[in-house]
Amino acid sequence: MTKELKCHKGIGEKVQGIALVADDNFSARYDLDRKKGVFSRPAHKLCGQSYHDKILVLNTSKGGVASAWMLHEMKSRNICPKAILFNTANTILAQGAALANLTMCDRFEDGDVTQLIQTGDEVIVDPEQGLVTVVNG
Amino acid sequence: MKLTDEEKAMLAGEMGEAKRWAIDHQIKVGGMFDAPDLVPVSQAHMMADPESLGEAGGDFLEDMVAKGARVAIPMITDPRGVDLNHYRPLGQSEEMATLERRMIAACEKMGILMTNTCVNYQTIMPPVLGDHVAYGDTGVVIYSNSICGARSNFEGGPSALAAGLTGRTPRYGLHLDENRQATRRFVVREQPKELTDWGVLGALVGKLAGSYWAVPVIEGLEVVPTSDEAKHMGAAMASFGSTPLFHMAGITPEAQTLADVGGDKLPAEEITKADLDALRAGFGAKGDKIDVVVFAAPQLSIVEMQALAAQCAGKTFKSAVIVCTSPQVYPDATRMGLIDVIEGTGAKVLEGTCFYNQYAREIGEANGWTRLLSNSAKIVNIISGYGYTPALASMDRCVASAVAGEIV
Repeated sequence: MTKELKCHKGIGEKVQGIALVADDNFSARYDLDRKKGVFSRPAHKLCGQSYHDKILVLNTSKGGVASAWMLHEMKSRNICPKAILFNTANTILAQGAALANLTMCDRFEDGDVTQLIQTGDEVIVDPEQGLVTVVNG
Repeated sequence: MKLTDEEKAMLAGEMGEAKRWAIDHQIKVGGMFDAPDLVPVSQAHMMADPESLGEAGGDFLEDMVAKGARVAIPMITDPRGVDLNHYRPLGQSEEMATLERRMIAACEKMGILMTNTCVNYQTIMPPVLGDHVAYGDTGVVIYSNSICGARSNFEGGPSALAAGLTGRTPRYGLHLDENRQATRRFVVREQPKELTDWGVLGALVGKLAGSYWAVPVIEGLEVVPTSDEAKHMGAAMASFGSTPLFHMAGITPEAQTLADVGGDKLPAEEITKADLDALRAGFGAKGDKIDVVVFAAPQLSIVEMQALAAQCAGKTFKSAVIVCTSPQVYPDATRMGLIDVIEGTGAKVLEGTCFYNQYAREIGEANGWTRLLSNSAKIVNIISGYGYTPALASMDRCVASAVAGEIV
């Protein structure tokens, strides 16, 4: 069954991938082992899981300004999510997405995106249209 | 987005490729946040440490230089990742130092002032009420917005650079009056007494507020914080909550009264001693062994350096101790004999870096440091992702613990 979720206009290109979802937040500096491509902060709900090539779905972005450069650095090594969806992004992650040309959207009309999408869902993200499609068969 | 003729010329590439990149970046970011136009800014401040930028970021900055990038307004920098006078003993590699040198050279060629500090509001040029700026350090932004009444979003490195090049930033978020009104109202029932208490209060408010778009107003404070206390409070709040602005009723400039920021219309939420104790309880306990004690995040002011030196006098540390201060404070502290006193214990004072952005994982591994104690509520929030088990205590308890090799 296909499900269409409207969100605010985002940044980056249209992409398709598998969702990795948690009701938790995101900082590239605080939460990740960027060399290995996994969440590394013990308190994070995705600790130990790989974010490589995933459509990450999280609540909000946290913490430091470094995340903006870090998205660009992660993208340059191709150990990077395909897209990140938030309930609310902060400015830094949007800025980092703009530099890295990483797909990012936030502000979903139908409520909490971490509940609307499940881990393992196949998802198409179209930031220009502000549209996320869940295409599970 | 509405552009002036000059901005249209920038976007058309008539003012060079670097400015074209910068304004194009700003339009993309502004688009996501519905910015109607760009607002001129008086200063930019960029975080550009080699650990975050990596080779890719180094290449990017050098490419900007090759494209003729030159800043249009005063632009300064956040702490570096490598103290070039003291990196081998920390276990930092020649590769890290080389990347650091490349970034410094690129920034200097763009006309950026290498201030290397996250306490520029104490040491360089504090912004003033209503001043639009583009600052790139969450601690700097929250202090400047809240204590000074300036107007800045969190500007990540690329966006701070773009603002430096165009002299503008997209008008969204905290540049707009409506986003500066309070959205949460907290009443403090336990008065903070020293730096770490202020940090813990900030941490809890940040955790409760929990979003970039939430603006806490705090009432019930019977004491006015010093600049250092407000610094620790803000840095922790920004770290725990991604919070860029808070008000203190009767203290901060935009909230002379609770009603000035709309706080009177919000339900009051109490912050009690039990709430603060619960947050602290997550960060270490008496008797825990420690490998390294860190005084940083934010860099220490000259007043903190004096207080630390007074506690250090005549002591010898069993644990490694790292102190980070700014390149502005360091020579003063040297001249006044404070560095000698602090380092007489076996501690090391670093200049122009901050512990968590100087390859914390690699220096931890090189030195066998995992158990970290600090008086900074900000750093204990950050550092666990780098493989440390963090603990929090006041400055005097940190010093006593460094002597004992365990938390006292």
